[in-house]
Amino acid sequence: MRSTGQDQQKQRTLWQRLHIDLPLLSGILILMTLGAFVVYSAGGQESAILIRHAKRIGVALVVMFFVAQIPPLAYRKWAVPVFVIGLMLLTAVLLFGHVGKGAQRWLDLGFTKFQPSEIMKLVVPIMIAWYVSQYNLPTKISNILIAFILVLLPTLLIARQPDLGTSLLIASSGIFVIFLAGASWKLIGTCTALLSAFAPILWMFLMKPYQKQRVLTFLNPEQDPLGSGYHIIQSKIAIGSGGLQGKGWLQGTQSQLEFLPERHTDFIFAVFSEEFGLVGVGLLLTVYLAIVMRGLWIAVNAQHAFTKLLAGSLTLTFFVYVFVNIGMVSGLLPVVGVPLPLVSYGGTSMVTLMAGFGMLMAISTHRRFHV
Amino acid sequence: MALKKRVAIRNQSAEANLFARRTFITFIGVLVLSIILFTNIYDLEVNSYQKYQTRSNSNRIKLLPVAPNRGLIYDRNGVLLADNKPVYSLEVIPEQVDDITVSLKAISQLLDISQEKQNKLLKAIKSKRRFKPIELYSRLSEQQVSLFSVNQHKFPGFFIDARLKRYYPFADLTTHSLGYVARINRKDSIKLDQQGLAENYAATRNIGKLGLEKYYQETLHGTIGHQEVEINNQGRVIRTLDFTPPIPGKDLTLTLDIELQMIAKRALSGKRGAVVAIDPRDGGVLAMYSNPSFDGNLFVHGISSKKYKKLLDPKSNKPLLNRAVQGYPPASTIKPLLALTGLEEGIITPETEIYDPGFYQLPGIETKRRDWKRWGHGKVNLTKSLEQSCNIYYYDLAYKLGITRISKMMEKFGFGEYTGIDIHEESRAIMPSVEWKRARYNQNWYTGETLSVGIGQSFWTVTPLQLSQAVSILVNKGEIKVPHLLKATKEVIADPKSEGSQEQLITEYEIDEKPPIVLSDKKSWEIVLDGLHNTVQKLGATGYNAFKGSKYDAAGKTGSAQTANIAQDEKYDAKKVKENKRDNAMFIAFAPFESPEIVVAVAIENVAEGGGGANAAPVARQIMDQYFGDREIVSTDKSKHPLHDNVYQQNIKKELNKATGTQ
Repeated sequence: MRSTGQDQQKQRTLWQRLHIDLPLLSGILILMTLGAFVVYSAGGQESAILIRHAKRIGVALVVMFFVAQIPPLAYRKWAVPVFVIGLMLLTAVLLFGHVGKGAQRWLDLGFTKFQPSEIMKLVVPIMIAWYVSQYNLPTKISNILIAFILVLLPTLLIARQPDLGTSLLIASSGIFVIFLAGASWKLIGTCTALLSAFAPILWMFLMKPYQKQRVLTFLNPEQDPLGSGYHIIQSKIAIGSGGLQGKGWLQGTQSQLEFLPERHTDFIFAVFSEEFGLVGVGLLLTVYLAIVMRGLWIAVNAQHAFTKLLAGSLTLTFFVYVFVNIGMVSGLLPVVGVPLPLVSYGGTSMVTLMAGFGMLMAISTHRRFHV
Repeated sequence: MALKKRVAIRNQSAEANLFARRTFITFIGVLVLSIILFTNIYDLEVNSYQKYQTRSNSNRIKLLPVAPNRGLIYDRNGVLLADNKPVYSLEVIPEQVDDITVSLKAISQLLDISQEKQNKLLKAIKSKRRFKPIELYSRLSEQQVSLFSVNQHKFPGFFIDARLKRYYPFADLTTHSLGYVARINRKDSIKLDQQGLAENYAATRNIGKLGLEKYYQETLHGTIGHQEVEINNQGRVIRTLDFTPPIPGKDLTLTLDIELQMIAKRALSGKRGAVVAIDPRDGGVLAMYSNPSFDGNLFVHGISSKKYKKLLDPKSNKPLLNRAVQGYPPASTIKPLLALTGLEEGIITPETEIYDPGFYQLPGIETKRRDWKRWGHGKVNLTKSLEQSCNIYYYDLAYKLGITRISKMMEKFGFGEYTGIDIHEESRAIMPSVEWKRARYNQNWYTGETLSVGIGQSFWTVTPLQLSQAVSILVNKGEIKVPHLLKATKEVIADPKSEGSQEQLITEYEIDEKPPIVLSDKKSWEIVLDGLHNTVQKLGATGYNAFKGSKYDAAGKTGSAQTANIAQDEKYDAKKVKENKRDNAMFIAFAPFESPEIVVAVAIENVAEGGGGANAAPVARQIMDQYFGDREIVSTDKSKHPLHDNVYQQNIKKELNKATGTQ
């Protein structure tokens, strides 16, 4: 016991110095490896795509490493100014943004294009966690209301772009902070009721036709099997035909013969299920759950309310990614543009996610900070 | 500073507990949602596995139909009459061509394709899928094929495709019996659908439209094969998964003899008419030719409207009409059958004589019906009536028999009814009767019409095929064998035990027989057949010239049918009447007399001069000369024909000399 304790102590100090959380990193690397295999299969077995994907993984890992070096309490200082700049950028996107795929998401800075909404994925939980952690927990109603408004501002701006997926993720990241900070059940009940009442208004006034179409398609994809229902039908066929053991790597007919749309990005889970079957899905979900558990463990063991709330929110938002993506690909949820985290091909979201994991690692490893 | 102050008064452990509780709740939520996700995937991948696997397969697997090769058609001696010949077409897969406009221009220069056609092609190419072959030019000439083949390396994406198309090497010689195939049209598709055959024809382009090609369509067609391929979402074939080869159609061997067809065509050239030759022993049709004919190959590729109009033009003399199965007045050719009816009904005996003054008058009626010989034949008995084709004898016989007895007997010989030959184009022609006239014209039957029937005129029409069938029944003494063109079918059966080895299965045609005609006195057959023998063999008889000098022993009967009414006492002069009002020439014959192997019926329309003896008989003679070749077939009964001095008798003498010489 003692010797192992000492070993752990040594190990800890080694990774501690690097500010790397080994269990978390292991889970992440497993997912990234799996992802690389599936991207290669889904991308028509082209090494060019795989190389690009590997580069992005590399960049993301480096970003994670550097973010992990920053003591987490330092974020608090930057929370307000960055949040305000973020809101301004979002407004700028709406005003001068670059149009791609029918939505304004990109801001062209001349040398590079960038998506302010991605940054907000991290800034919003920091902001809310900072705001809420100033006060004693559980948070008072008045503070909760202010926190809600702080969440709602970026959410609505992003929803206007329109980017339903990201606004959903940002809203949930803020709400998780509020929930973890101990919002009273009465309030939660009231809000849920209000939200249900708000739904028809959302449907009638705020949702764009293509968003409505997605919801209708979700409710009955067979209505238009070659049009709007095509994605979800082909995706379900891919998953269902995978069976228990799957068709084997590179053997998925739905993906290899290109019946499945968005194979290496949003619908990569369908490729995975088709080729690796229920067994693969079980494994994948287990890895995701392990990462979530580790994240929550970090949150519970964090020594400050701010880091607790931030770690919890980041972890749970990560799970929302997983749930929304798998849910939409398997027909449980309407199709919103959310990638399968750490597996899907796609740079920006991977970098943001890994920055989030960097924060988690920082929270887990920067134990000796001053309160 | 303010921050530190607030934190200082915080209850750290209570907050940590609250956070831990909330975290635990969210973790429970995470677990529940994960289970929901997993359950849903489990439902898709395990419970609905069959359903989605089927849908996945139906996404990717397509059955491409593969057309079977059509059975070939041979004549009785194995000469190929209907072939499947490769037809070459130029095709292109657009996505494999860099610049289609440039390539097309170059290729058009090479193969001499007009600018107008090029423009059309470009338009067509743009509207089609880029990875599927598009036919640019069908029916390339051999020169074009070789020109392209030499230069093929310059045109990636272009290639030549060979497809099998029906080809009739003898063209118009066989069209009326073989018929032809042509593109399946809407009507055909609907019919195939109704017969439940649509699936078997999924890859078939052509279908039998006429003649044997139509009659034996199912036999010739075969069974469709399938290529199971994997396709992607664009419909592009990725690979072949499975292949079920088509079963080719059965080959047909016909009773036709192409050499006899050639002789028939030559003999009928420049005339309108038909000849049918039947083997009376089995009903097999040896020759069936109708002149003028047409080339069935024209229809295989789709006939141009110009060419079709030409076929329909009156100047072309209706080549589409199969005269072998169209009705003609039989004229005197049916006299032997009427004589047989007379004998059977007891109206006449071989010895019964009438006096022919050159005309016939019904009792109490002024109208005189002339014999073809103005001064008459004098005393006439049955044999002489046939030899001289005496009309007066048959006016009298018909009058005595009456129409009912005549038509009843003639119906037994197949007149007025389909023979049942294996082509669909047959006409029933007309065997008139009291009932028939009542039904057709709502009129009574007149006795005068009975007289006309007696010499094969009036409403009575027979097809050359019916006529040859009737003669076959006569020579078979009542046995009825349905005429047919098919001799045997041949199919290749793949041996399932050893791959590659194939076995041929030949199925002989089963002869169809109808209930025979039974006469009360069998001798009547012999009497009439002898009469026919004399008609040809006796010097001075109407058919004598027909087989003068032949080395085989033939029998037959001539006939000349009026096609226009000639007023009483008016003399018929072929030169003075319009061509289409001139007489038809008819002839029937069979040989060898003692055991007939071939029956021939000839009909020639509107002959210039002379009757059946002069015009139709030589056609039958040429056919039979060809059929018997150098065979010498003479009667063993020397006493039968003491009067004539033709080769037939000389042959007997020669035989005798030989016999005595060797002694």
